[in-house]
Amino acid sequence: MAEKHINARGLQCPGPIVQIFKEAQNCAAGDILCVEVTDQGFKKDIAAWCKKTKNELLSLEEEGGVIKARIKKG
Amino acid sequence: MSENKKTIIVFSGDLDKAMASFIIANGAAAMGNEVSMFFTFWGLNILRKPEKIRTRKSFMEAMFGWMMPRGAGKLGLSKMNFGGIGAIMMKSIMKQKKVNTIQELIESARALGVKMIACTMSMDVMGFKEEELIDGLEFAGVATYLGEADEANVNLFI
Repeated sequence: MAEKHINARGLQCPGPIVQIFKEAQNCAAGDILCVEVTDQGFKKDIAAWCKKTKNELLSLEEEGGVIKARIKKG
Repeated sequence: MSENKKTIIVFSGDLDKAMASFIIANGAAAMGNEVSMFFTFWGLNILRKPEKIRTRKSFMEAMFGWMMPRGAGKLGLSKMNFGGIGAIMMKSIMKQKKVNTIQELIESARALGVKMIACTMSMDVMGFKEEELIDGLEFAGVATYLGEADEANVNLFI
């Protein structure tokens, strides 16, 4: 299982999900995507994105204004 | 009807509304949707190439072309435009906040496979020729839009 890190800090909506979508296209099922985002709307957006695109949101945490999400490609 | 298709009619040629349209289009494409944008009336201004293209036009068509914004970079705001000052201020704030520019959003939409359709009737009324609009467009009428809308579960008129 590969793990991929994406730095989407500073990107505004819809930048982060567009970037994750593009990266996820090059991943195999089961791969983990680790994303760092500063757009506050992302906290809700990533859950909606995962549900819609049939990927799994493993964890979501915020640290000093940076939101970190771990997503498992479905 | 498909849960994976969205259509947007872009009627407005205002910067703020154009940005909203393209943010939704990019977001929808990133959610794995097929997206079609149908540009009509003032919305066609968003698709104009910024440079002047020499074409044969009637006097009225030439006037239209001269009076309307030539391309996405020249659009004004729907509110508080103040003769273009508002748009300049808005763009500067958006740059500061690292919001994608309308040009970047158009490029991104294109890269994500968003289909952009220009309404040929409006083009005819306003005197826009195909070569005056950006590349990668499809040219069609209302039946094409309706055909696409029938298959979609979200239709927006902006």
